[in-house]
Amino acid sequence: MLTIALIYPELLGTYGDGGNALVLAERARRRGFESEVINVGIGDEVPDAAIYLLGGGEDGPQRLGADLLRASSFAARVRDGNFVFAVCAGLQLLGTTFCVEGDDEYEGLGLVEATTTRGEARSVGELVVRVDGRALVGFENHGGRTLLRDDVEALGAVELGRGNDGVVDGFRTPDVWATYAHGPVLAMNPWFADKVLGRALGRELAPLVTIADQLYDERVAALAR
Amino acid sequence: MPRETSFRDDVAKGAVRTVNLLSRLSARGSGTVIGGRVGLTIAPDLLANLARHRDVVLVSGTNGKTTTTAMITTGWGGTVTTNDTGSNMPEGLVAALASSKSRSVVLEVDEAWLSDVARATTPKVIALLNLSRDQLDRANEVRQIAERWRVLLADLGDVMVVANANDPLVVYAAELAANVAWCDVPTPWTTDAVSCPRCTKPLDFANGSWASECGFAKPQVLVTSDAAPLVVRGTALDLDLQLPGAFNEANAAMALTALSYVGVDLQGALERVNALSSVAGRFSLRKWRGHRLRLLLAKNPAGFSSMLLTLKSDGTDVWVAINARLADGRDPSWLYDVPFELLRGHRVFCFGDRRLDLATRLDYADVEYVVVTDESTLPASKDVTSVLANYTAFQEWRARTKPC
Repeated sequence: MLTIALIYPELLGTYGDGGNALVLAERARRRGFESEVINVGIGDEVPDAAIYLLGGGEDGPQRLGADLLRASSFAARVRDGNFVFAVCAGLQLLGTTFCVEGDDEYEGLGLVEATTTRGEARSVGELVVRVDGRALVGFENHGGRTLLRDDVEALGAVELGRGNDGVVDGFRTPDVWATYAHGPVLAMNPWFADKVLGRALGRELAPLVTIADQLYDERVAALAR
Repeated sequence: MPRETSFRDDVAKGAVRTVNLLSRLSARGSGTVIGGRVGLTIAPDLLANLARHRDVVLVSGTNGKTTTTAMITTGWGGTVTTNDTGSNMPEGLVAALASSKSRSVVLEVDEAWLSDVARATTPKVIALLNLSRDQLDRANEVRQIAERWRVLLADLGDVMVVANANDPLVVYAAELAANVAWCDVPTPWTTDAVSCPRCTKPLDFANGSWASECGFAKPQVLVTSDAAPLVVRGTALDLDLQLPGAFNEANAAMALTALSYVGVDLQGALERVNALSSVAGRFSLRKWRGHRLRLLLAKNPAGFSSMLLTLKSDGTDVWVAINARLADGRDPSWLYDVPFELLRGHRVFCFGDRRLDLATRLDYADVEYVVVTDESTLPASKDVTSVLANYTAFQEWRARTKPC
């Protein structure tokens, strides 16, 4: 049984981010793996899971989400090897510090050596990131500028949009992957969804043909123009 | 205080009318925004001066603005000035105000512009319908809008605010206003108000009410429609709308409440609102290439959810058209906040620039779909087919179809 835990969807789910859980569960199911999605609500214990998903959120909810996660078993479980895929605000709160509500600085979960300050301008628009030689396509909408410590690997180089700092986007440690491409980024990038799923299942996956492949080709072609 | 009407304003008003006329005559536009822009450039206070000595009602919120504005216009009776073209930013408002001299004015106002417009037009009533995620690539975050409204209403003074008591973000926006009529109207979408707007702690929703541990809670209501019959300030009204859906009952309750504060007889207003059957082409029956279609506008998760709930579960084909142009918001991520699972059992035909995004969403929702690439091969139906479309897609479908 593949357990997918969607963390605080009421707080961190501004842009259809719950779609990522749906995509992973369906792509597992169609390959014959049983899967379940657990919506971890405010006040719920963080359960054991093969993968935790963190979405985007507005400033207040993001701060509350960080506070609740800090008081939970989440960080300890990730340090024990549980896997996290995060987008947008989820990315920010996994780092050491982040800014919300003006320039007030808040403590993140410190799972990755990344600091987020308020960027000069909001980053809103299409985002394309080169990840393992392929284009990851999505949409970003955030006010942060995220800097990684030298030894932290970015998810990829930004080809269009801003990402962390206009140069790179997200980060990737053995157990924590993150991108600023918010919302259902896994729906738009089936190949990347299978990378995430493969990491969660701990195995290589055979290709799965779906309509999402056509969507991906169309988006890549549209953004290359 | 705004100046008295000046020569400059007269020139500006004339310019609005002239440019709009030219725009329409040259078939370059619907002729509302361009003229307004010229007028505002000539006289920045034009909005204030055009609104002076008139009874102004403003309507704002994420969903239902156009319908509620139409309900207030119809319900008021007589000649009413309104921006029924949907141009709801200052240019469009100036154009509407310049087009008619009637004392009664109803304007739908874009959420982000409400503060500027309310300060300029000194309205008698402001109706605040709801706030939820919509075009976040443009307006950013819903809570920033609520915060801006709160600052506005705290010092606007002599205005009656008609506000949805079941939407915590609207309550947060309106709670500091001097006069508020809180309305208990159907509000199924509360996903954007899970955490308290005051203290960010979780809000507790139970038994038709809601509260936060900081004390922020659903206020005492003056108007109820969540249970039949509708009661507006003590008057029971037999609501029997032609327009479908619980969301239109909410719109009607707010519209009738607003009318009660500009001295309109409620029974007469009720009859006129009940008889309304189509608003700006929405809900209207249309024909196209032998198909009979009902056009439904749905442009964000809350609106789409409401609209899906009005579809009968009779297995008929449903057409859905999705664009992601500037007016729609460039980011179609919201498709994953819409419970498309409700369409299981229907066959869904996918139209629009972003039909592949829609098809992918439906695929993951386990809903049967067809990506439409050749419109000449669509299967005929003896039934009326519902067409759900977001903003620019709706405009396209309205333009290509004819009334039945």
